[in-house]
Amino acid sequence: MNHHEAVLHVRGEARFVDDEPTPAGTLHAAVVTSPTAHGRLLGIDAGEAERLPGVRAILTCRDVPGKNQVGTIIPDEPLLAEAAVHYLGQPVALVVADSDAQARRAARAVHVPVEPLPPEFDARAANARGELIFPQRTFARGDVDSAWAACAVVVAGRAETGAQEHVYLETQGAVAIPGEGGTLRLLSATQAPTAVQRVVAGVLGVPMHRVEVEVRRLGGGFGGKEDQATPWAGLAALGAWCTGRPVKLVLRRQEDMRWTGKRHPYSSDFRIGLDRDGRILAYEVFFYQNAGATADLSPAILERTLFHATNAYFIPHVRATAASCRTNLPSNTAFRGFGGPQAMFVLEAAIARAAAEMGLEPAEIQRRNLLREGEEFPYGMRMASSALTRCWTEAETRYDLPAIRRRAAEFNDAHRLEKQGVAVMPVCFGISFTNTVLNQAGALVHVHTDGSVSVSTGAVEMGQGTAPKLRQVAAATLGIDPERVRIDSTSTSRVASTSPTAASTGPDMNGHATRLAGEAILARLREVAARRLAVADAATIGIRAGQVHVLGRPAGFSWAELVGAAYAERVSLSAHAHYATPRIHFDKATGRGEPFAYHACGVAIVEATVDVLRGECRIDAVRVVHDAGHSIDPLVDRGQVEGGLLQGIGWMTMEEVLHLPSGGVATDTLTTYKVPDLYAAPDEVEVHFLEPGGEPAGIMGAKAVGEPPLMYGIGAFFAVHAAIRAARPGTDTHFVAPLSAERILAALSEPS
Amino acid sequence: MGAPTTRFLLNRDEVRVDLPAGTVLLDVLRRERGLTGTKEGCREGDCGACMVLLGEPLDGVIRYRAVNSCLLPLGDAAGRHVVTIEGLRTSALSPAQRAFVEDGATQCGFCTPGFIVSLAGFLLSAPHLTVDAARDALAGNICRCTGYVSIRRALHRICAALPDRGSPGAPDRLHGLIAGGWIPEHFAEAAARLRTMGGTAVAAPAVTGPLVAGGTDLFVQRAAELLDAAPTFLSRRRELQGIRLEQAVCLIGAATTWSDLEDSPLLRGLLPGIEGHLRLAASRPIRHRATVAGNLVNASPIGDLSILLLALGTFVRLSGRGGARELPLRALFTGYKQLALQDGELVTEVGFDAPPEGAVFSFEKVSRRRHLDIASVNSAMLAVARAGRIESMSLSAGGVAPVPLHLSRASAFLAGAPLDAATLRAAMAVAQEEIAPISDVRGSAGYKRSLLGRLLTAHFLRLAPELEAGLLP
Repeated sequence: MNHHEAVLHVRGEARFVDDEPTPAGTLHAAVVTSPTAHGRLLGIDAGEAERLPGVRAILTCRDVPGKNQVGTIIPDEPLLAEAAVHYLGQPVALVVADSDAQARRAARAVHVPVEPLPPEFDARAANARGELIFPQRTFARGDVDSAWAACAVVVAGRAETGAQEHVYLETQGAVAIPGEGGTLRLLSATQAPTAVQRVVAGVLGVPMHRVEVEVRRLGGGFGGKEDQATPWAGLAALGAWCTGRPVKLVLRRQEDMRWTGKRHPYSSDFRIGLDRDGRILAYEVFFYQNAGATADLSPAILERTLFHATNAYFIPHVRATAASCRTNLPSNTAFRGFGGPQAMFVLEAAIARAAAEMGLEPAEIQRRNLLREGEEFPYGMRMASSALTRCWTEAETRYDLPAIRRRAAEFNDAHRLEKQGVAVMPVCFGISFTNTVLNQAGALVHVHTDGSVSVSTGAVEMGQGTAPKLRQVAAATLGIDPERVRIDSTSTSRVASTSPTAASTGPDMNGHATRLAGEAILARLREVAARRLAVADAATIGIRAGQVHVLGRPAGFSWAELVGAAYAERVSLSAHAHYATPRIHFDKATGRGEPFAYHACGVAIVEATVDVLRGECRIDAVRVVHDAGHSIDPLVDRGQVEGGLLQGIGWMTMEEVLHLPSGGVATDTLTTYKVPDLYAAPDEVEVHFLEPGGEPAGIMGAKAVGEPPLMYGIGAFFAVHAAIRAARPGTDTHFVAPLSAERILAALSEPS
Repeated sequence: MGAPTTRFLLNRDEVRVDLPAGTVLLDVLRRERGLTGTKEGCREGDCGACMVLLGEPLDGVIRYRAVNSCLLPLGDAAGRHVVTIEGLRTSALSPAQRAFVEDGATQCGFCTPGFIVSLAGFLLSAPHLTVDAARDALAGNICRCTGYVSIRRALHRICAALPDRGSPGAPDRLHGLIAGGWIPEHFAEAAARLRTMGGTAVAAPAVTGPLVAGGTDLFVQRAAELLDAAPTFLSRRRELQGIRLEQAVCLIGAATTWSDLEDSPLLRGLLPGIEGHLRLAASRPIRHRATVAGNLVNASPIGDLSILLLALGTFVRLSGRGGARELPLRALFTGYKQLALQDGELVTEVGFDAPPEGAVFSFEKVSRRRHLDIASVNSAMLAVARAGRIESMSLSAGGVAPVPLHLSRASAFLAGAPLDAATLRAAMAVAQEEIAPISDVRGSAGYKRSLLGRLLTAHFLRLAPELEAGLLP
């Protein structure tokens, strides 16, 4: 249970970046951004702003002592704009002042003349003009072009999913504190402390060892702080470097919503072919990813889109192509699922259209094509277990899918103004960073002389419950009560060269590193115990429940005594360990390999009601069977399923990012961008964890659970879609998400 | 210019703050007092992360209500008791905090203090301590992590553990909550301490700067301006509050809050279902602050209360330098965000005739999110039909014109007309001619037209369910 963290939360004692007491003399920064989506920067007029009270410095790209660059995959993103601006909201200058009100007032007084150039906001149009972030990529298997001839049914169409704003409750922010000897300490709300350290060192032109980045916890991340926490940390660092004073930069909500990237909108064309029995023979898809102005994480996100183009299904002939299109919007970025949800939506749209054409329930097609154990993904990896098919069967029987359908049909017969729809959503999500090099982690474990233990890793706690899981791992490894273990903040000085806490891999990789460090200490402690207890074979010694055991029997020697003895013998009570996920590899040239440690799966049954008169929808119930392996912390995992699910439902039905003609974000407040509230959660949410079957998994037999549940939300779209079809049989709604009240009413009003 | 000193009771301490009275309390708490348990999430009352309790001395006891501190001006805290999450701490966890921990109702924890404060507000002020009321009390708190399922589990656990606590404000409720460890002991002394602080109970000041009633929209739109102004706080003006019936006219003080409306047995009797409409429009903490006239003079073309009151044939009473006058509400709105108010004129009261026996009152609203969202289109109807004839009809609609619109032509078309589907459909066509919606973030103009048709249909189905076949599109 997330007990330690939760106690701090409910008492209001948990500190986030903006809550940390800052040193006396801390200055505050505000960002001047481009007023235009695309253009040549004609200068920066800060004359008026400089004279305002409290202003200490106004910094531009010319003040950057090192490299003016924050792009991590492709170096295409200046910290502060140089000759051109590429989106409305792009940082152009930094104002540092005594208070944040003074800094913001001065930032508004900085004039940024721009000679406008024609902006592009549409992904397909950008593609047509050759504006790609990098060359398009294709994953293929079999022979799609020949396969169509063998299909009894071929349908094609377009599917669109919108952007999604993260709405982490804690906005982006950082505090930079200059130290002696040209060092800098940063408190940053980032999922990627090492990336911040690397970029800040580059910006300042100093070695990485002079920059320490520390993260206690995040008020939500969801991917939005994987790459996009970095610019704000970089700006705070620049401000501190140039003024020699601590500088705090925390975005206001509206700034954050205007200036930071979202989940990538995708527009996709699909074609799917099936035989008479509903078996999918061929699937072709082209994804247009709206990357925004810079690369950010788009290349990696696009790759995961391709990996998950066939989601949970076996399809013999596949060709999936994706183009990352450069537009004049804030660069879109990671968001829970990382391109996977966008891909899965398209295939579900294709299945829905095929089912309508064939007069079948979509679930019939889904079930017939579900990946079975041993079947191959298009990228060459095999499905290592039957977990997916077991999830399907379990969901069907446990929740009595036929009865659910019967109830909906009866309801629809009895009601004219309301209609219900049911959809099933299977998810199969690969666990590992698709970029193999990122699949490494480190941990530093200290056993203190009183027997208490502290653990540092590269993992950042952002609500996903990595900290309580790591505590369990450390306690289980050392054979002590978890209460003896404290999970420390994440610091680049304690554990270096870490990967972002992302891709659902946090507990797995950092858990293994913690286990390895714990085992190293345990091995030394066994030797100490063997000497103290005069036992010949240290391997017969174990620690359980804080007591030393020999051959499984308590030896009357406690953990605390053992630790004291080890210290007295001058035996090291600390260990650092490194973990690299074994086996995984992927050849980008051939598009084949074993990129994932394993797959996490599950199946959700979603029930929705549509108000046929008003066009409103309600997601009534979601019933999930999820494969979490041997869950280390079922309460945490349940929370991940429930929370991811509602984010997915929000993305599919309610949340919509709209832009002004200028390219500015129109939905830049929580008044205009609506996320689900307490009443929007389905009345019934059931989560059942699949009985583990011994398949490959992560730390302690548990499976990663951070991202996959979001994709159950896709079922909400198709449940509403089914309800619309119940109201207007024969309607083939457009596959455009979110399926907002406006779109529902349009579908209900279409001539059938 | 020296800022005035504001004195109030903050958690366990009497404090003096020398900042402009228009400073939002959130900034006072976090920056001046270092009380960082109160979080800044949106600065517009939409997320609830900054929730505090505002305790107002009333008839010898303190009425505590959860309010968004990002929209609460410091001046409105004067002489009152402000309780933050820090002021709810005791050495042990309260049963509510324990339920949140044990049910896994926190993930990242950023929103959590706000939820706990809202819960305390529920415990102290909800007329009935039911799960339904608890959900309503927490609906203004956004959590992006949990999907609310674990929070609902915690709410059920909490409500199951709550014995009958007496009516809100009654000493037995307060002492029961203290005895049960739900709130700290300092609550018991707050009323006496506020009394001894004396003097700070602000007398009605002269109207000088801008008028602030609830401030729930002003501080979203114009916080920077109000910081340097010296606002006059209408929440102090008792004479502007209250709901009464005089000779079959319902009169509501301009500064009456929405929660006073929904808690009023008189109003609930006159307009059955009103509490549900208000609940849909705003969270309980916003309803604790938002006022009747505030929603009108905001002049939003989509204001829920404006639309409701327009259909009721409401008049407004104004008071200014030139004396008092009365206007029909529909004449108050002269253009987009334009009012027929003269300089220095204040709305003092609104009134409407009690709906006659047999009248059908209907309110409809569709928004992107069903609860706590601004409507794409909203509409209200007050109608009386007898023996196949429409005796009276009053329709209003928001989001379809630059002003909250009384659908006067459609209403006139139906008054005295036969109650049949063809007539009602013809009235819908008339309504389409008197609206002029625009495309914006709440929907395209075409959608709003089509939606108004659907909402009018919904009204008419309430008036004449038997006409369903003829009314449905």
